[in-house]
Amino acid sequence: MSNSQMTPGVAAGRLPAEAYRDNFTDLHAPFDAHEAAVAADRCYFCHDAPCITACPTAIDIPLFIRQIATGTPEAAARTIFDQNILGGMCARVCPTETLCEEACVREAAEGKPVEIGRLQRHATDTLMGAGVHPFTRAPETGRRVAVVGAGPAGLACAHRLAMLGHGVTLYDGRPKPGGLNEYGIASYKTPDGFAQAEVDWLLSIGGIETVLGKRLGEDLSLGALTDDFDAVFLAIGLGGVRALTVPGAEKHGVLDAVNFISELRQSPDFAILPVGRNVVVIGGGMTAVDAAVQARLLGAENVTIVYRRGREAMNASAWEQDLAASKGVRIITHAVPVAVHGKRYAQEIEFAYVSDTLEPTGETFRLAADQVLKAIGQQIDRSPEGLTLEGQRIATSGPGRTGMKGVWAGGDCTGTGEDLTVTAVAQGRDAAMDIHETLMAKG
Amino acid sequence: MADLSTNFVGIKSPNPFWLASAPPTDKAYNVVRAFKAGWGGVVWKTLGEEGPPVVNVNGPRYGAIWGADRRLLGLNNIELITDRPLEVNLREIKQVKRDWPDRAMVVSIMVPCEEAAWKAILPHVEDTGADGIELNFGCPHGMSERGMGSAVGQVPEYVEMVARWCKQNTRMPVIVKLTPNITDVRTSARAAVRGGADAVSLINTINSITSVDLDSMSPEPSIDGKGSHGGYCGPAVKPIALHMVADIARDPECNGIPISGIGGVTTWRDAAEFMALGAGNVQVCTAAMTYGFKIVSEMKSGLSQWMDEKGYTSVAQVSGRAVPNVTDWQFLNLNYVAKAKIDQDLCIKCGRCFAACEDTSHQAIAMSDDRTFTVIDEECVACNLCVNVCPVEDCITLEAMAPGQTDPRTGKVVDKEYANWTTHPNNPGAVAAE
Repeated sequence: MSNSQMTPGVAAGRLPAEAYRDNFTDLHAPFDAHEAAVAADRCYFCHDAPCITACPTAIDIPLFIRQIATGTPEAAARTIFDQNILGGMCARVCPTETLCEEACVREAAEGKPVEIGRLQRHATDTLMGAGVHPFTRAPETGRRVAVVGAGPAGLACAHRLAMLGHGVTLYDGRPKPGGLNEYGIASYKTPDGFAQAEVDWLLSIGGIETVLGKRLGEDLSLGALTDDFDAVFLAIGLGGVRALTVPGAEKHGVLDAVNFISELRQSPDFAILPVGRNVVVIGGGMTAVDAAVQARLLGAENVTIVYRRGREAMNASAWEQDLAASKGVRIITHAVPVAVHGKRYAQEIEFAYVSDTLEPTGETFRLAADQVLKAIGQQIDRSPEGLTLEGQRIATSGPGRTGMKGVWAGGDCTGTGEDLTVTAVAQGRDAAMDIHETLMAKG
Repeated sequence: MADLSTNFVGIKSPNPFWLASAPPTDKAYNVVRAFKAGWGGVVWKTLGEEGPPVVNVNGPRYGAIWGADRRLLGLNNIELITDRPLEVNLREIKQVKRDWPDRAMVVSIMVPCEEAAWKAILPHVEDTGADGIELNFGCPHGMSERGMGSAVGQVPEYVEMVARWCKQNTRMPVIVKLTPNITDVRTSARAAVRGGADAVSLINTINSITSVDLDSMSPEPSIDGKGSHGGYCGPAVKPIALHMVADIARDPECNGIPISGIGGVTTWRDAAEFMALGAGNVQVCTAAMTYGFKIVSEMKSGLSQWMDEKGYTSVAQVSGRAVPNVTDWQFLNLNYVAKAKIDQDLCIKCGRCFAACEDTSHQAIAMSDDRTFTVIDEECVACNLCVNVCPVEDCITLEAMAPGQTDPRTGKVVDKEYANWTTHPNNPGAVAAE
């Protein structure tokens, strides 16, 4: 017999087959040409536009929107990719509501910003859909750079370096490149294999050798890389997950949210993925929302996010919180976990209410929990030897310079970003420019 | 409540909104629909002389330009006069006038520039019971190549001559429709006055090519890869039409000839503006072709509400109200000094005023790091460009300086006395102020 949302414990196939298809389709359907024209018409082509300032990669948004409005989405895509080679992914996953669209003057005027993210997607989809890669490589410089980590920062850095004529070897510890784009972002934000398609498109510039399944500290050493290459860019992300240190945290059903998401992303079929009837997610960031929403979409009956501070302190934007609410996720704030109850399998999780300063109020409560997904922060897996850390991340200055000569770093493994794809792209790009200048200055 | 009825050169209609001679008035079917929708009158699409009717192209007849959200701003056409047999049109006109006696029925006519041709058609039109005729001296495409339409309207002597023929051969009021494709519309209007015309109507359409297909390299509208100029109309031509109407209204030689205003009338407000500049009524085409006949409901309610608010009880009270304020540049008050002012509460910080002023005007707007835009009075010449490019209505306004204040740009005290170029010391031909 088939399972349903009511099936106790952890079970797969809680929903009819077509429900999975509907649930995991594009969160925002792409604009067609007419919708794009109407949306583009609303842009005021501001002077020194606030949206550009708000974009970590400083895409010339009014220009690309004008290019869409005048019937040249391909030129618009080129404008976007000039600044952000992962403009396609960023169009899908950027929290535009707290970046460009928050800054849009039409948000101030009418509370309805120009739909910059969807317009960006229209432009990038048009060019990528045509199979066009708009950049060519400069003549070979003879310099070789190792880029460790094929996530957004590594990909952006590798592409820029290759474009400038350097030879790049791009390492990643996972079986597929893409980093969090491939393993860590909610499926409905990037369906239909877009992450891999984007990587393939990005690599088509040439000059980038991809070496997968090699992990820094295991198969690679920083010392060997600095010996073998003219420069090294580290974009190793945050491989470690903070531990939950409460009684019962070792019980079955207590999982890292990032693993829950990555298994979901790699699964060929959502119906085979087990999910609890009652799921509790601990945390307040994008990972918490992505995990919670997807647990609901997989058929969990009750999903609750529990966060230790107030909603305004959540890293997940108000828009993301609303998305979670619209999918039936309950959000409880000002509560910290104190114990996971059950025999071998988690059955309940107990929380204590806390004040704004995280002082226990003395009141506790329990939630039924077949699965507990921990989204309480990630940390650098293992610090590469010889690098200075700052707050458990690699310390950098300027455009990603570490304290070590010839070694740059960017993305989530450094402490400077907001753990956003778009920030990682900016850091990878800027480090590449700095590496380029450094290498070429050597003569 | 305001009385919208008009008596235009003896032609009565329940409101001042007529449909212009054009495709919407080509058949009884359309005209009856228009009357049901509430239009005050129509000028029936231009009739030609008896015989085989004209033929139209079988490809596109219209080209257009659009604004934001594909809002139609300008339309051009290469359609000719009616391509239906004369007797069919006459029969339908007679029937419709009989069925709708309270509506204005004017018939547009265009026949060769020979007295016999006009003499031949006028009795037929008179027989329909129509209220008046409009002489189509404006159509700029196709018919003009055959010596009619704007080919007549562009020669004042012909305008006068044909107007006179018509006045001599019919009891019906004669309205002369003027072409804007001339250097000074007053010349044609004066000719109409000399010929005895009862009124003029303007503007007809403007010679135009709306666009070029950059693949086929054909002008639009494209007929098998080639295009011809068409007649331009719609909201885009309204400023040109307003100017021409005002020019005639304030021309002593035109002697107050009644004017039927045409050219981009889309809303009641447009109509009110035409009437303020001297029109006794308005004719509408493109707006109806864009949105259908129902728009007349808004035109009537809007005009009525505005007239009530202003205390005007009849359309005649509105007509010509703004004419005394239309003057020549040389008579504008050079002692009037204004400065732009930005309402910071309304400002959405788009910076378009800054870009416009900094790049293309007088560098009179300052921009702070936090995107606060302020006018630099020392530089502001009150050109109004910032007002015009600001996307927020009333966010930037021009504020007049009070007499006695010192203009920080010129260091001069604002004079309360009116003074214009004719007496300005920089004018070599200045006359001494009294």
